[in-house]
Amino acid sequence: MKRRPQGTYSAVGLVGRGLAHREWPRAWRRHDLGPAYDVVVIGAGVHGLATAYYLAAKHGIRNVAVLDKGYLGGGGSGRNTAIVRSNYLTPDGVRFYDRSVKLYERLAADLNFNVMFSQRGHLTLAHNDGSMRTMRWRAEVNKLQGVNSEVIGPDEIAELVPFMDVSAETRYPILGALYHPPGGTVRHDAVNWGYARAADALGVQIHQDTEVVGIDVEDQQVRGVETTRGYVSTPTVVSCTAGWSSLVSALAGVRLPISTHPLQAAVTEPVKMFLETVVVSGTLHVYVSQTDRGELVFGASTDPYPSYSTRGSLEFTEELAGHVLALMPAIAKLRLLRQWAGLCDMTPDFSPIMGATPVQGFLLDAGWGTYGFKAGPVAGESMAELVATGRTPDLIAPFGLDRFAEGRLVGEKGAAAVGH
Amino acid sequence: MFRIPCPHCGLRSVSEFRHVGERRTRPDAATATPAQWRAYLYEQDNVAGWSSESWYHTFGCRRFVDVERHTVTNEVRPAPATDRDTAGVDPAAAGSADSDGADVDSTP
Repeated sequence: MKRRPQGTYSAVGLVGRGLAHREWPRAWRRHDLGPAYDVVVIGAGVHGLATAYYLAAKHGIRNVAVLDKGYLGGGGSGRNTAIVRSNYLTPDGVRFYDRSVKLYERLAADLNFNVMFSQRGHLTLAHNDGSMRTMRWRAEVNKLQGVNSEVIGPDEIAELVPFMDVSAETRYPILGALYHPPGGTVRHDAVNWGYARAADALGVQIHQDTEVVGIDVEDQQVRGVETTRGYVSTPTVVSCTAGWSSLVSALAGVRLPISTHPLQAAVTEPVKMFLETVVVSGTLHVYVSQTDRGELVFGASTDPYPSYSTRGSLEFTEELAGHVLALMPAIAKLRLLRQWAGLCDMTPDFSPIMGATPVQGFLLDAGWGTYGFKAGPVAGESMAELVATGRTPDLIAPFGLDRFAEGRLVGEKGAAAVGH
Repeated sequence: MFRIPCPHCGLRSVSEFRHVGERRTRPDAATATPAQWRAYLYEQDNVAGWSSESWYHTFGCRRFVDVERHTVTNEVRPAPATDRDTAGVDPAAAGSADSDGADVDSTP
């Protein structure tokens, strides 16, 4: 059904091109910036590209431009630790993220691009009675929503994670964990590229190195955007700019309850596969998973003050190493290869802000904090539906910007904040 | 990592401080509308550039400190002279930190 100017990726195609020494065509094309589009999406990350893809694929809206001030997938979409899960605390959150897991499960087939979704299981460790209580609470909420999630004890954890120190002698003994088998990791670059390629095939234009410097608003209605490559008129702008959401929204005159915090992550040299599950410890502010190449990927909680700086700090590395070794003393000799930081747009209730704003035609997909990547597909699907139908889908109704004015916050901190 | 000039303790590591937030004007309780209160509670400027903000010197003098910080480079400079702390170490002024914003909205 879908026309692919770039050809379909398949094993047969791979062998054919390999034998014939034929070059692969570009996965997405370059375009001159047009004078007008039906929809302009700001931000070519997983949320922006998914929004554009679902607009074209599900709603037939193909006159869409995705603008990015840098390169595709260069923000949070390429800096996250690629973990996907749906074991949240509120029924709203669980339903929403579970839809995302379901979309990720068939994303490779939908996009004709191997996104390497590996449902290897996800463990959230509990080191105190308070955490155990939250884990039991989450397990019950999850089960009610049909999400596979259960509380397990130290013996079962030791079986799942061979090098984990589950003894009672540690500074923060492990009392149990929330085990979530459908959770896992996805190759985040592949998700960006897959959405970009599939959207391009449907006629969406992706413009990299195109910064939006102004949003033209007249009578509280969007008329167009001013970019570094010229003016584009459009009735609808969707902002999917994560850490930069406050700055982009300010261009339209919309103020947000968001602070931008850096979150640092690091990766070790590759070693033989030993860690199957994703392991998270809220108390120790750390999460660990092993990539298919064998590297251990570590993430932490956000830096304790807002900043737009993406510089790594020695303090972070030192603290991270200490916490990881408290969990797995056996990996003390592993060396870190590199560390980096991404920007997280934190909201007061650890939940996103999606949907309409007081400015007609300016739609928000923001406040993704530390959980944006795992929600990419469902956010794109929901935002596309909102743009196409003009109605806010039920799935994202709890996450509107108006909830702050109405005092109707979501309360997802217990399951979304690593450092809770 | 960077350091913050505390008017009472001198130049100290950021790890001694807790970030309190952007400095802003508290609405008048008698006349504020619910919308103004919500905006005061939740909305942030969140600028990428010089930001006027308060820090609390947790592991030091345990006083509120006002500074300007560049949120991209984390460069820090003292708040301008209209600031409550440079006006003197009046216990009443220090105690009312964040609850009395009458003198803080003139910051550039």
